[in-house]
Amino acid sequence: MEKLYAKDHNKCKLVKAKPETVEFLLNYSKSLKITKAKGISFESNMN
Amino acid sequence: MEHQVEDSLLIKRYIDGDERALAALIGRHNQRISSFIYSKVNDREVTEDIFQDTFMKVIRTLKRGAYSEEGKFLPWVMRISHNLIIDYFRKNRRLPMFEGADTFNIFSVIGDEKLNIEKQIIKDQIDSDLTLLIEELPNEQKEVLLMRIYKDMSFKEISENTGVSINTALGRMRYALINLRKLIDQNNIVLTN
Repeated sequence: MEKLYAKDHNKCKLVKAKPETVEFLLNYSKSLKITKAKGISFESNMN
Repeated sequence: MEHQVEDSLLIKRYIDGDERALAALIGRHNQRISSFIYSKVNDREVTEDIFQDTFMKVIRTLKRGAYSEEGKFLPWVMRISHNLIIDYFRKNRRLPMFEGADTFNIFSVIGDEKLNIEKQIIKDQIDSDLTLLIEELPNEQKEVLLMRIYKDMSFKEISENTGVSINTALGRMRYALINLRKLIDQNNIVLTN
């Protein structure tokens, strides 16, 4: 059989963002308010 | 296909104010997007950062009402993360690793200079955004900026045409750029291709 020299054959790895990151995003979303005036949108963060 | 339909419903619910819909969207695509980012950057911490930045952009775009629903939520999010990955490598001035294949694909490092349709659309959008922003500038700054950038005039020619000294023209250009940057920051506009 052919010998394979590569150490890492497949670097594809399933990963998931940490629950803290997801939690941060959900809180960010809750705190973000966007108001539109004269065609320009203004962001405000209620944190 | 089933997911696409559900995605669009979740997006609608989220835009209507249901925060749980966002949790569902993130939960559904978390692994796919994280794995995609990780396959490019090969670093867990960087993956977290890019994932976070990606969804912050998604959240802002959805809340601004700037997302057009075409049943392509995941490809859209993937494109945002792809752009952020490119930004990351640009900042770090190193090329991404070539993984998973023994053959080196030359087209991953070279390409033709011509913009593809998508990039052309983005460029047109940037140009039109920029035109609107320039309109917000005070007249004297706008005048100098238009002459310099769009008419490619020298500051000497600008000073002759506007009847001010070269230094004043230079100062107006400087303030025009400062104010443009402020407007871009304030309105959170992304001017990248």
